[in-house]
Amino acid sequence: MSRIKQCFDKLKADGQTALIPYITAGDPEPWVTVPMLHALVSAGANILELGIPFSDPMSDGPVIQKACERALKNDMSLHHVLDMVSQFRQKDKETPIVLMGYANPLEAMGYQAFAEKAQQVGIDGILTVDMPPEESVEFLSIMDKHEIDTIFLVAPTTSLERMTKIAKYAKGFIYYVSIKGVTGTATLDVAEVAEKMSMLRTLTDLPLGVGFGIRNGVSAAAVSEVADAVVVGSTLVNCIAEHADKPEDLPAAVANVLAEMRHAINARDMAK
Amino acid sequence: MAEQLDKDYYDTYPDDKGHFGPYGGRFVGETLMEAIYALEVAYNHYKNDPDFQAEMNKDLADFVGRPSPIYLAENWTKKLGGAQIYLKREDLNHTGAHKINNALGQALLAKRMGKNRIIAETGAGQHGVATATVAARLGMECIVYMGAEDVQRQAQNVYRMKLLGATVVPVESGARTLKDALNEALRDWVTNVDETFYIIGTVAGPHPYPAMVRDFQAIIGREARAQILKATGKLPDALIACIGGGSNAIGLFHPFIADKEVAMYGVEGAGHGIETGKHSAPLCAGVPGVLHGNRTYLMQDENGQIIETHSISAGLDYPGVGPEHAWLKDIGRAQYVSVTDDEALEAFHELTRTEGIIPALESSHALAYVTKLAPTMSPDQVLLINLSGRGDKDMHTVASMAGLSF
Repeated sequence: MSRIKQCFDKLKADGQTALIPYITAGDPEPWVTVPMLHALVSAGANILELGIPFSDPMSDGPVIQKACERALKNDMSLHHVLDMVSQFRQKDKETPIVLMGYANPLEAMGYQAFAEKAQQVGIDGILTVDMPPEESVEFLSIMDKHEIDTIFLVAPTTSLERMTKIAKYAKGFIYYVSIKGVTGTATLDVAEVAEKMSMLRTLTDLPLGVGFGIRNGVSAAAVSEVADAVVVGSTLVNCIAEHADKPEDLPAAVANVLAEMRHAINARDMAK
Repeated sequence: MAEQLDKDYYDTYPDDKGHFGPYGGRFVGETLMEAIYALEVAYNHYKNDPDFQAEMNKDLADFVGRPSPIYLAENWTKKLGGAQIYLKREDLNHTGAHKINNALGQALLAKRMGKNRIIAETGAGQHGVATATVAARLGMECIVYMGAEDVQRQAQNVYRMKLLGATVVPVESGARTLKDALNEALRDWVTNVDETFYIIGTVAGPHPYPAMVRDFQAIIGREARAQILKATGKLPDALIACIGGGSNAIGLFHPFIADKEVAMYGVEGAGHGIETGKHSAPLCAGVPGVLHGNRTYLMQDENGQIIETHSISAGLDYPGVGPEHAWLKDIGRAQYVSVTDDEALEAFHELTRTEGIIPALESSHALAYVTKLAPTMSPDQVLLINLSGRGDKDMHTVASMAGLSF
């Protein structure tokens, strides 16, 4: 059983919503990424989403785009990202890690080479923003052989017909993009999210995560009412940008931001 | 693989998923998937709709000024002492380049789809100007994304777009050139997908763009094929066109693909020289990867990061290339070569002085290759070159190379 499934099963049994923070690997400096990941787990993260920096992040807003630029200034590559996970796993063998990024760095390494190394270092899932199921046939079969969950996005524009198709290919969990737009640019509409969640639940038994547009404890708690997981990205990356010249403060700073969301979600989970 | 290149090519590529062999496809975020399917459905409907065709053909004739002539460059032919040189005069189109053929087609399609907000990316500004022009004529809102670097290089085109009522948004991210403008236009489209039509200016992007833009530009090759047959009584020995994204080249090449005896040369920007790494020649010196919605040859490092390109001409300054060119390269149907900034500049001056035609710096790359190829051929052979645009927009660049400013 994959670590992602184990994690969601346990949370479900405990009546808890998963909290999934996103940071970009190597931002603002490579050495601080692994300490930040550990700090995020201590602050209540259940699954970690680690961004693979890319020069042309077309689906992301300015916040994550700048994070990619900071990371690439440090010559971050997919090889380094895999090394970071390996380092993280020396202390933490439980928390699932999902890589999130764009197709081209994976193409450059080769799907097979990536899958072998990813499995070896303990990566649990991969979300490739610009690789829809239509283009994923080879990718899916290789990831499947190496027990890496392929996570797909569903958007507000996704039709019921497409949702059905995506539900068929998705593994681990389904990630609902709560706004029309790039990351970190708008605030989500909870009622609309709730409606899409109930549509998706008729199509899949996989856990449902919601991301894009969750800014604070209030929106995180609201989403936790209807979703199995809350994904927080741009808010954390903003915090990283603010502390970019003092990276030694970052593990504590991002943990603070995440802890507020954890408390808000826990309060809501207890009230359920 | 030559036996594959019979007339079936036209029925085979792209396939129903938008693939040209391993290239092309639909590599975009989920938010855009329904939009590109809706576009494909609308395009497939209207491309065979007589009413749409009639509207398009009327505007191509009366607004754009088609057909553009072919011109026998007699002085230059004599000077080079080889093949006869014919130029397809896309520089004579309204707005000064081939870009308007596609901008017009897509804007008319947008109108039929009920989308009144047009967005576009632009490098040299020619596609931006063409889009702003068509938007003005059709009364549509128009937003053009342009790299901040290009906004400076092409100030005059920026002003033209503004005169035409377009909003020009300088893009400050990344290398601040065409690829970054494309990223930003895609971000706009994701955010405003319901009411917005994205007019991509070249044969790149997710399916159906590479096929649709090609179809709108293929009028160049259809006209040229008939014109050259009439003028010389035979098909040309070779076609030459410059390649940035590759829309003018595919427009000329496509109607000749089944004519196996016609050689095809796509000319990329070698910038300061391929060996310096400062160039825009993904077909000559890149490797396949995924960017901007399709799989194609890219300028990238060993980790899959897109690297900065260089060309004297803003319109060639792009790290990718249309997926159909990638396929034509792999199957050997077209040859892809490159010429440097200096060679292109020399050809620019050469055509200007010899024939009284000031070419765009992009098109000057095709002309520079003529100076290499024509002298190796005999006077009964024929070269057909796509003179894709006029050089008015490049006065600042060319003058500054000579140490002058206005």
